[in-house]
Amino acid sequence: MSHFEFSREPFTPERYRSRVSDPVAGGYASFEGWVRNHNEGRGVQRLEYEGYEALGIKEGDRIVAEAFARFPIAQAHCVHRLGVLGIGDLAVWVGVTAAHREAAFAACRYIIDEVKNRVPIWKKEHYAEGDSGWINCEVRTSGAPAGSALP
Amino acid sequence: MAQLPTDGSIAVRIEYFAVLREHVGRAQEELRTTATTVGELYGELDRRYAFPALGRVKVAVNDEFRDWSSPVRDGDFVVFIPPVAGG
Repeated sequence: MSHFEFSREPFTPERYRSRVSDPVAGGYASFEGWVRNHNEGRGVQRLEYEGYEALGIKEGDRIVAEAFARFPIAQAHCVHRLGVLGIGDLAVWVGVTAAHREAAFAACRYIIDEVKNRVPIWKKEHYAEGDSGWINCEVRTSGAPAGSALP
Repeated sequence: MAQLPTDGSIAVRIEYFAVLREHVGRAQEELRTTATTVGELYGELDRRYAFPALGRVKVAVNDEFRDWSSPVRDGDFVVFIPPVAGG
């Protein structure tokens, strides 16, 4: 069973507690990413997350497997929302248990950092002014152009 | 895909996500191409659609990340991956 999954519906971390509970665990570290009402100086009203799910689940599972290889942890799981989210909504949750807290904190940090960098998920922000934009994909008028791609 | 190629072309299926899906105006398409690598295929589609300037785009074939020099074969499922923004 994959240690990474997508959810099209709102969820609470409590729902996934059984995926990280373990009798050898003496500590539980988690990260929750929430939708905030601003980004780069602009008011944000809501977000849309889109995912390439087949590859995303594989890559997310690989990331958690890397965390297991790097840190002495007991269990780990990550869930990322897709769809339309409002301010304050839970967008991503990472839960890690370990015998000792250092490994739980470190693995939790590793997983969320790698998920943000590697899992094929895209975020569209809808702004207070009515416009919208795909984060990391827009040629911004206020900054340097994203530059030509490839290959 | 049962159609026999007479010009050396192959049939591929493309799925578009996020900024590319909106730019192209559809989520997927099937097409015939004479491209031999995924990089050539991207170039062919860029000439057709004039993709927006993006940062580092990645590519997946049959649901696995691949290098831009990877071959594209008949029946492949190809996804071009714009810069991601999870979390």
